[in-house]
Amino acid sequence: MLTGKVAVVTGGSRGIGRAVAITLAQAGADVAIFYAGNRAAAEQTIAEIEKAGRKGLALQVDVSMAEQVESAMKEVMASFGRIDILVNNAGITRDNLLMRMKEEEWDQVIDTNLKGVFLCTKAVTRTMMKQRSGRIINISSVVGVMGNPGQANYVAAKAGVIGLTKTTAKELASRGITVNAVAPGFIETDMTAVLEEDLKQQMLGAIPLGRFGSAQDVAEAVKFLASDASAYITGQTIHVDGGMVTS
Amino acid sequence: MADTLERVRKIIVDRLNVDPSEVTLEAGIKEDLGADSLDVVDLIMELEDEFEMSIEDEDAEKITTVGDIVEYINKNK
Repeated sequence: MLTGKVAVVTGGSRGIGRAVAITLAQAGADVAIFYAGNRAAAEQTIAEIEKAGRKGLALQVDVSMAEQVESAMKEVMASFGRIDILVNNAGITRDNLLMRMKEEEWDQVIDTNLKGVFLCTKAVTRTMMKQRSGRIINISSVVGVMGNPGQANYVAAKAGVIGLTKTTAKELASRGITVNAVAPGFIETDMTAVLEEDLKQQMLGAIPLGRFGSAQDVAEAVKFLASDASAYITGQTIHVDGGMVTS
Repeated sequence: MADTLERVRKIIVDRLNVDPSEVTLEAGIKEDLGADSLDVVDLIMELEDEFEMSIEDEDAEKITTVGDIVEYINKNK
């Protein structure tokens, strides 16, 4: 399905990013992952990619830093020679009620979750434009559509990602590059493991399919959007949330 | 000069799908040759590869005609 393709997955060491990286590798792609700091986790992901018979490359990158992003993309090009798929998944949370939210908490989340998408996208457009093909998949969130108390920064960033997706899609469509977002609902990962039990139960009640999602549920949607099968889809947000948001 | 124009012309004809005779030094890249802003970015990238040079964004913004391109390349290569 993705044989001969090269993918870059940001935030690829853990959670949804890891599942995406491994799933793309199993579909035939060589995969470079960007990770923030957890080298051991990144190496585990690489081991899984290699187990799938593909090449893996782990690079420590702060996606909010333009220079780091640019040099990392160059390294991917040097190793793999092309970039067909970019999955902008790297994200952090700094939850707080708006009235208590510190400026740093706002800035950190916007920088990583929104600016990071801009920088990584910008850094691959040249390559993809020359190739006259490319797939960019941005990981948004159900809360970017619905809003969520205590996550003003995260929600603003994730809603921003949807707008960025639509605009990038329109700018790059004529060059054979598609850009779509995936908006996961409540997915069981390290990021959501820290939430309180009663909150989890309350959220479960809001999910029509009656279960939390897995990282694999998200990875399957990303794999579809990364493949040739989705060639006529661009600028869209695919909700992978058990039916929480219906449009 | 002539050689540069020929190489530039080939790229423009290829990228913008225009007739070689339209690609004169006076021709405006957007106005006369019908390039949109993304085409211009594309063209600049091609030129950078062809002439093995890098064209800064500030300089690229000043380029409006085919003659501007040829002049820029001859001056900077």
